Amino acid sequence: MITLKNIHKSYFTGSNSLHVLKGIDLEINQGEFVSIMGSSGSGKSTLLNLLGILDNYDKGEYHLDGKLIRNMSERNAAKYRNETLGFIFQSFNLISFKNAMENVALPLYYQGVRRKKRNAMALDYLDKLGLKPWAEHMPNELSGGQKQRVAIARALISQPKVILADEPTGALDTQTSYEVMDILKGIHKEGITIIIVTHEHDIAAMTDKIIKLKDGNIGDLIINGDLASFKKNYAKELQTL
Amino acid sequence: MFDIDKWQEILSTIKKNKLRTFLTGFAVAWGIFMLMVLLGAGNGLSNGVSSNFQGNAINAMWIWSRETSMPYAGFQSGRSIQLEMSDYEAIGEMENVDKISARFWIGDRTYAFQSEYGTYNTQACHPDYKIIENFQIKTGRFINNIDMQYGRKVMVIGADIQDALFKNIDPIGQILRVGNVPFKIIGVYNEIDPREGTRQGLIPLTTAQKLFNAGDRIHNLALTTHDITKQESEQVEEDIRNLLAKNHKFNPDDERAIGIYNSLENYVETMNIFRTIKLFVWLIGIGTLIAGIVGVSNIMLIVVKERTKEIGIRKALGATPGSIIGLVLLESILITALAGYVGMFLGISLMEGVNFMMEQQAQAQVGAGGDRGEFRMFMNPTVDLRIAVSAMMLLVTAGALAGYFPARKASSVKPIEALHDE
Repeated sequence: MITLKNIHKSYFTGSNSLHVLKGIDLEINQGEFVSIMGSSGSGKSTLLNLLGILDNYDKGEYHLDGKLIRNMSERNAAKYRNETLGFIFQSFNLISFKNAMENVALPLYYQGVRRKKRNAMALDYLDKLGLKPWAEHMPNELSGGQKQRVAIARALISQPKVILADEPTGALDTQTSYEVMDILKGIHKEGITIIIVTHEHDIAAMTDKIIKLKDGNIGDLIINGDLASFKKNYAKELQTL
Repeated sequence: MFDIDKWQEILSTIKKNKLRTFLTGFAVAWGIFMLMVLLGAGNGLSNGVSSNFQGNAINAMWIWSRETSMPYAGFQSGRSIQLEMSDYEAIGEMENVDKISARFWIGDRTYAFQSEYGTYNTQACHPDYKIIENFQIKTGRFINNIDMQYGRKVMVIGADIQDALFKNIDPIGQILRVGNVPFKIIGVYNEIDPREGTRQGLIPLTTAQKLFNAGDRIHNLALTTHDITKQESEQVEEDIRNLLAKNHKFNPDDERAIGIYNSLENYVETMNIFRTIKLFVWLIGIGTLIAGIVGVSNIMLIVVKERTKEIGIRKALGATPGSIIGLVLLESILITALAGYVGMFLGISLMEGVNFMMEQQAQAQVGAGGDRGEFRMFMNPTVDLRIAVSAMMLLVTAGALAGYFPARKASSVKPIEALHDE
């Protein structure tokens, strides 16, 4: 589903250049449930930007769903993003003056789906996530967990192949975090590829594959829910703290 | 463009920031209001003053004789000059002279019709005089060439005479006695400029020569020029002066000998003043407008800044840069167009109101028989629709311009940067 080959990315500010990604090679197959970890400055946000076609890379190759993503026009990127990817954010990023249903329906608006139809679909998705009674509520009338569920419904409504989640539980308490992760697991079972950026080890531990970034390279790859070894590492990290 | 969702989104942002939107709109509305009021006032001034020229053709010239003030060719100064028919013929042959009429005054005579009578002035002229004086023929016709050829005893009377002597009778074809001479009425004229009055009778010049002992003498010459510039018109004036100086043996530099009034010169000079005034009005008006539009641009920049996050979300969800630009641009155009429309409406209403009141007043004056002979400074202070529409177009363009830079800024928002918590 996602193939990265020797991806390089630098940022330029004036005469300074910051080499953020230094040759990332990565393969994520369809239906995988992956988390990306790393300290701040390790390049995980940059990597997510590239995966989400929100930014261009300098060198290498990025294939998404078999298609080479390179130097796309903003228009095409927007279209591809809309059709292939779903985003979930730490701070939910719902539009404050739209109610839950309208927020969920927004991706369909950009696909040109008619108002009635997209609102009906949005209600279906809200129903799936148990939020139908709150469909007419504005975001500021919802709890954090509800907001994130609305955001998940919004990410799902365009039936994406990949869901990119940037710290989806970062703003939630533990219990709600686990609820959200349960929802994501459920989505994963339906065959959608999910990539989570997180710095919480317990969240990462719920995924099938953990990619640890370090100074712009892949530092560690913990595969297949090898919880035992991860927990050992996790414990080691805690000791060193 | 006519997408309900887009409009709903624009309206909801406007609703969220009522005061801000109002203040922005107010700046634009005020700008266009001032422009309309200034333009209206400028037009009023220009209409008022140019209405004073309407009584005559604007390219008319009037020539009359006076006394010399310089000794010349053996003659002493103080000699009076008498214009003659030969002057009429010579000037009529000049290159840039179009219509020309000699004028001869018979003086006040008693006009009598049946039992009605009054004292009126009689003037003899050529058929071209109608165009030079810009007479409106109310009924009948003006003096023509056949009247001239046969020296017919026909007369065109002013509307005032008709009102006074012919009460309910159609004057055309009636016989009017001027002194002891019967004249047939062939027409009634009206003046556009009420100051000039319509208290005189006009007869063919040849008739005056036969009946009133005019001979070759004429009192006055009136002419119009072809479509020429002010400079050319001044040249014609000088040529006429030289020609008359030669025929009547006076010094061509003697400005006293002959009086010439060149209405084109005056008209052009007056109109130039108004053109300059108009230019200034536009400059000031557009300046005010620009201030308003810069305000809109400013506000839109802030709006974009405030909505950075929202725009980021939209882009992440698949909004194209075009749709983001459209969103900001439409909001900007909506605010400017609506506010501009309100300002324009108020400005035009005010000027129309002033105009209405002035007309009421003028009518009351005419009713009381006052208004005559007054030099008008201010009249019809309104802005014509063409200007209003072009001002509206200007506004929409300005709104688009005001929104463009903020919109471009909005479209260049990088979603992840926008979405990251600070």
